[in-house]
Amino acid sequence: MTEVLCLLRPAWREALRGRWLIGLAIALAGAGEMLIRFGGGGATTIVSLLDVVLIVTPLAALVVGTMQVHNAREITELFLAQPIARRRLFIGLYLGTALPLAAALTIGLLAPFAWHGLLFSPLAASLLRLGAATAALTMIGSAVAFVVALKADDRVRALGFALGGWLIGAVLWDGVILLLALLFGDRPVEIPLLVALAFNPIDLARVLLLLGTDAAALFGYTGAVVQHTMGTAAGHALLITALALWLALPLWFAARTFDHKDF
Amino acid sequence: MIAMRSIVKRFGRQAVLRDIDADVRSARVTALVGPNGAGKTTLLKLLLGLARPDGGTIAVAGRVLDGSPDYRVAIGYMPQIARFPAHVSGRELLTTLASLRPGARTPDLTLSEAFELGGAFDRPLGTLSGGTRQKVNAVLAFAFKPQLLILDEPTAGLDPLASRVLKDRILAERATGGTILITSHVLPELEELADDVLFLADGSVKWQGPARELKMSTGQGTLERAVAQLLAGRAMLAVA
Repeated sequence: MTEVLCLLRPAWREALRGRWLIGLAIALAGAGEMLIRFGGGGATTIVSLLDVVLIVTPLAALVVGTMQVHNAREITELFLAQPIARRRLFIGLYLGTALPLAAALTIGLLAPFAWHGLLFSPLAASLLRLGAATAALTMIGSAVAFVVALKADDRVRALGFALGGWLIGAVLWDGVILLLALLFGDRPVEIPLLVALAFNPIDLARVLLLLGTDAAALFGYTGAVVQHTMGTAAGHALLITALALWLALPLWFAARTFDHKDF
Repeated sequence: MIAMRSIVKRFGRQAVLRDIDADVRSARVTALVGPNGAGKTTLLKLLLGLARPDGGTIAVAGRVLDGSPDYRVAIGYMPQIARFPAHVSGRELLTTLASLRPGARTPDLTLSEAFELGGAFDRPLGTLSGGTRQKVNAVLAFAFKPQLLILDEPTAGLDPLASRVLKDRILAERATGGTILITSHVLPELEELADDVLFLADGSVKWQGPARELKMSTGQGTLERAVAQLLAGRAMLAVA
């Protein structure tokens, strides 16, 4: 696995010296700073920031992930011409994309709380959840981006698919579920709603985050339903398992595609 | 050094390579030539394991390619003018490549000295001119004492002096037993290098053998004219 670590080094350098990653972290920190100043740095700030995280993180991961795969095409071919197994190269490329991005987003998110001295306040537990959700959504978004970019060789097409996927997950999904819930409102809809929830990692992350606050009802219909069915330890375990599957399945599929791909 | 038998490669329904039988002999420079779209790049990619054939077998240095990566220890690959990461230097890339090669010795940087790359080898690749990047590209390919060099348009973008340096290095590698497979659109570039010619057109081998024989059989004095004549279809001599 030393090869994988060695592949990460140039990826980190590229990310840091490219500066856009730092820019992204600063922008996110700026948003957090605003919310702390105007929201008073309490639980409401966390809830406002939660929406920023749920929208921005998957978008950034999907866009950056697909672009990175295509930008790295030629260097990937040079690496493939070395005596290294494809699977290891894949792990190196994936971590080289996902880890710097996850680090930048998580640091950008938590930095304003750090300099306001709020990291070890009563907010600590919520912040920890928020940071973990950011990192998890970045890893998941990057994995999905790898699937899309490895399947679609044309970079505009890949970006289109990635943006479409984000639009469905971040915006359309909850709307459609709400619509269905209204249409079938007179029947018990909890179970179908919970099933629908499992198919959207953004919804899963949202529910996990909201379980830590009292604001579930404010955030989509699924959030409201889940508050009283999932607020248990078993519920948490189920949600986290579903999220883990959302990381494992796209990664497995992307790795398989990479193994068999003609470059 | 390389033996290809009945190689077939399709992209979708289109056959890019059909039934290729070809050999690259050890300690010689083989020029892979042919018109655009002949399948040259695809053939190189099959040799490197970047793509896999739909049929047939390839053996490199006696090892039949089966998806295991180890045989590539013996190969130095110089891709066509490449857009490598903009913020990483040539030396950093070299360090990474070395770490992907088990048991890599100290990299051989004599080519960097011959190019007089100097500090350019430590500057981010994005700040270098196209020609300088191509020199870095060459240094990386020659750095690990490869037995087999696969060079795709190596002199593209190089000034005459650098091109001279690279050609001298290719000849020096051959003199010490290295095998070189080289593609170029600029046939006069290959004139003094090519011992053998492998001519591809429409995905099949139209001619292969020593360069001297090609010139004799076509009655032409230069490689460029001989290949032009092959292209014109006036001398489709099948030489096994």
